[in-house]
Amino acid sequence: MSNEQIVSEVESLNKEYRYLNEVSIQESSAKGKLSGVCVSVKDCIVVKDMQSRAGSRVLTGYSPVFDATVIQKVREQGGTIIGKTSQDEFGFGSFNTNVGLGLNIPLNPFDKTRCCGGSSGGAAGLTQKAGFHHIALSESTGGSIVCPAAFCGVYGLCPTYGLVSRYGLMDYANSLDKIGPMAKKVEDVALMLEVIAGYDEKDSTSVKHEKEEYSSFVGKDISGMKIGVIKESLGEGVDPQIASTIQEKIAVLESKGATVEEVSLPLNNSYSLAAYYLIAMCETSTNLSKYCGMRYGKHESLEGSFNEYFSGVRSEHFSAEAKRRIIIGTFARMSGFRDAYYIKALKVRTKLIEEYKKTFESYDVLISPTMPVIAPTFSEIGQMSPLDHYRMDILTVGPNLAGLPHMNIPAGFSKDMPVGLMVIGNHFDEGKLLQIGKVLE
Amino acid sequence: MQITPEIVKKVASVARLKLTEKEVKEFTPQLSEILDAFSKIDEVDTKSTKMSIQPVELRNALREDIPGECLSVEDALKNTEHKKDHYFKGPKVIE
Repeated sequence: MSNEQIVSEVESLNKEYRYLNEVSIQESSAKGKLSGVCVSVKDCIVVKDMQSRAGSRVLTGYSPVFDATVIQKVREQGGTIIGKTSQDEFGFGSFNTNVGLGLNIPLNPFDKTRCCGGSSGGAAGLTQKAGFHHIALSESTGGSIVCPAAFCGVYGLCPTYGLVSRYGLMDYANSLDKIGPMAKKVEDVALMLEVIAGYDEKDSTSVKHEKEEYSSFVGKDISGMKIGVIKESLGEGVDPQIASTIQEKIAVLESKGATVEEVSLPLNNSYSLAAYYLIAMCETSTNLSKYCGMRYGKHESLEGSFNEYFSGVRSEHFSAEAKRRIIIGTFARMSGFRDAYYIKALKVRTKLIEEYKKTFESYDVLISPTMPVIAPTFSEIGQMSPLDHYRMDILTVGPNLAGLPHMNIPAGFSKDMPVGLMVIGNHFDEGKLLQIGKVLE
Repeated sequence: MQITPEIVKKVASVARLKLTEKEVKEFTPQLSEILDAFSKIDEVDTKSTKMSIQPVELRNALREDIPGECLSVEDALKNTEHKKDHYFKGPKVIE
């Protein structure tokens, strides 16, 4: 396909489904693993000379002067960048409906009255609909890769925290953010992970982990693998049709020689949501302080004192959800409340990580549905309170809080909408997720 | 925790946000509900538990103190509308 044909397809898809905030082609002259592959980039990952807004109006006009490390790696392997995909503002959402002021909400590829999921909704929708060879670079803080991948019926892998460099990623919450791939085929997920994984001295949280050939795990036998099915994830509050679809897939894994048992994660089931949101909001309330109309993005005329000027720009250009999260995060870090909320959440996080680590002493991977429901309609979403929105992440926040790799695997359909199965691995066990993904293809 | 409109306004001002009355009215009950739900973590016994600031164990990452390439002044100022003589120009700090 020529560049003109790709642009024309992307633009016509965009007109109908609104998957990208920016359509712009940047080719690479290098030859490598991604030659001939189109790569879309979530808006929060910076691409040199391509407007990068993290889905927020406060960054209107921001044209980065450098590439994120993952972008540099994609270019070195010959990938063609095709644009910036839609997301909830800075990643603040599970449905991609919390887009920044003036930006478009993407529509589900299977039913335009439903959402794509969030926050990497544009990446997932485009991955499902693109007729050309495409891999998306997406990002997860609390489930933003697997949730939209589940709602749009594609593969999405969120790697171990620190495996992929965050240099050039606009922070939502530093201790939680991870960049990962989305694709229609397991092979492509493995391929992109191979390209982007690796230590980077520009990211102080990057981990020195031995280089792995992720593609070699695709197609590898799973017999003897020990699988734990998370008991709490298939009970109350989960769409019964989703639960039965997951059960069918579990039977497939057993038939391929895996041992399957039920496991319980009571602490994660009860406390991961609160601990996750407190930590994420505390971190984001400091990260977003840099957006103040001084160095990039939206500016206003320099009037009034610095407090008045900064407050004016921020109040005008952040959406309601960004303001809510900044306020809660600031409150939870304030003197008098810090110990009860922020510090407590960090201690609870330790307990939640310990619970997972103990479980992984007996199991290779854990399985649950990715989301408890199919993609909701926009009118259903309109009826939800902010807390109802947060509760949708009940199954995905745990692995994110613990920095564990997890992947969405398309598992079937309920009411003609995709159902996703989530497989969670121990730190740096991405290979096992890819093995399971291929067996269930 | 009972959140009042005054608390919302105070915290917003600390975070350099100026809320409209409509926003204060909308956020106050929402924040109360959210913080109440989050208080659930009180139930967990963490008396002898350390904090996890990161999900995986990380060591201090220090590099050799050798000068490297850095952003040019031109690039650093490329995205600002407010600059003067190779500097960012900010709002007044002292009235």
